[in-house]
Amino acid sequence: MLSPSDLDTLFLTLKLASLATLIMLLIGTPLAWWLSRTQSVWKGVINAIVALPLVLPPTVLGFYLLLAMGPHGAIGQLTRWLGIGGLPFTFSGLVLASVLYSLPFVVQPLQTAFAAIDQRWLDTAATLRASRLDSFFSVILPLAKHGFLSASVLGFAHTVGEFGVVLMVGGNIPDQTRVVSVQIYNHVEALEYSQAHGLAAVLLVFSFSVLLVLYSVNHKRLGDLR
Amino acid sequence: MMHCQFQVDYGSFQLALDLKLPNRGVTVLFGDSGSGKTSLLRCIAGLQTAQYGHLQINGKLWQDSDKGVFLPAHQRPLGYVFQQANLFPHLTVAENIQFGIKRLDKTAAKANLGELIDLLGIENLLKRLPDKLSGGEQQRVAIARALALNPEILLMDEPLAALDFKRKQEILPYLQNLQQRLEIPVLYVTHSLPEMLQLADHIVLMNQGKVEAFGSLSQVLSRIDLPLAKQREACSVWQTELSAHDADFQLSEVKFNGDSLSLPRLDAAIGSAVRVQIYARDVSVCLEKPQASSILNILPARIEQISEADGGQTVVQLRVGDQTLLAHITSKSKQLLGLNQGMAVYVQIKGSSVLNR
Repeated sequence: MLSPSDLDTLFLTLKLASLATLIMLLIGTPLAWWLSRTQSVWKGVINAIVALPLVLPPTVLGFYLLLAMGPHGAIGQLTRWLGIGGLPFTFSGLVLASVLYSLPFVVQPLQTAFAAIDQRWLDTAATLRASRLDSFFSVILPLAKHGFLSASVLGFAHTVGEFGVVLMVGGNIPDQTRVVSVQIYNHVEALEYSQAHGLAAVLLVFSFSVLLVLYSVNHKRLGDLR
Repeated sequence: MMHCQFQVDYGSFQLALDLKLPNRGVTVLFGDSGSGKTSLLRCIAGLQTAQYGHLQINGKLWQDSDKGVFLPAHQRPLGYVFQQANLFPHLTVAENIQFGIKRLDKTAAKANLGELIDLLGIENLLKRLPDKLSGGEQQRVAIARALALNPEILLMDEPLAALDFKRKQEILPYLQNLQQRLEIPVLYVTHSLPEMLQLADHIVLMNQGKVEAFGSLSQVLSRIDLPLAKQREACSVWQTELSAHDADFQLSEVKFNGDSLSLPRLDAAIGSAVRVQIYARDVSVCLEKPQASSILNILPARIEQISEADGGQTVVQLRVGDQTLLAHITSKSKQLLGLNQGMAVYVQIKGSSVLNR
């Protein structure tokens, strides 16, 4: 039912979502930790910037990213200076766009999980000879593991489901930027409804299973951390 | 010897103190909530920064604002027991205890872990997760976890406050046992008078961020210039030694330098140390020795100080042998008997209780 080119788009989507999720966790963890503890005046501004993709139409975000990554944009000039070349309509460009687009879905669960961890755990770890960095890995991460699970699943799933940003930044290049959501659109445009059905069903089942796992795990959450 | 000086401005109150504490025994920091007891412990542990701080323990400088010295909390060789046990929920009891040990300097002297586990009675809890433990068990594990680091000082912040009465009674014997075994100083924060009387060797009375009084337990308790001596719970604590048993009447005798007391029979060996508590309201003063009285403990005493309290009460500080005793009498009795500083009198002690086992 799924053609080889459909399978390629599935594979590309998985690759994109995995890479983007990994990058989002790396950026999102320190960012969420800072947001959960800081009393800086910048907290509100940073929070708003991170959350922007939640309310902005994906095409708007994609449009600005396209400009920024273009030859005259800041990101474009930086990548050219680094010798990477232009990012629009490349897989790397798509990863960058996905990271920005899905970041709130990673930062917010992490921030909530970190905020729920009382200062007493850090004090206790410090009196047991653990430095701040050590405490973060040995105490905070295990206590926030449900936050990490939610963040990864939501970040991954949201990246899989993006469409508008992909079209703006990535276009429709096979094996480069043609992800599942774009492929479904192509099938529908070409009136290949049965092909579209196959891929659409895969996404539907995937999304439902992911959310099911997430909610059943969170339901069983161990003890209050406060 | 430990010397600490701290100044911290909390807005609502200022912590400002300069204390020199002995390097053995339990020093209880006693005072109402908000008096700065916990803040002081947090300053000592390095969990709280101070506008001015100087902290020296056993000749080692941990903190000094003038010299720019500040040892971070995780490098201070201390043990800290919090009000809540704070056992890491993702680790078993054994892993919780190992948490600090794993992070110790390889060359550091190790605590005798087996003895510690034995002393706190947690052997059969080691494989369990903290949420399967009672509050008292959790707190015993937390104490073992802190002592497993072989610290130079143990800080305890109201370790019993979160426990109900039954759990408190279950854990107090372990603490008394520790008090006698530990060779390091213990700073123990509490606002509970019974806990202080049972555990303290020395006390620091704190009030609104300042030190109101510091000294040995019996010294501070008998100071009639302090509000403590005028409260209904005012009492004296005597350190005595068990000297005889009277099997016929189910009594025991304890002696101190100068005299002795009869107590209900104690289940302990002759020669054991006995800490006796005598409420000031249970002591009466007579000019002559009563010849016919049902009260057993009638001892010669000398009046050292007299102070009027509220409600027609007078506090009298007396010397009995080498011990100090407080008596609460009515101001009318004081007038009628013509009590004065330096007078030789007799005291009748209507009741007393033993604080240690």
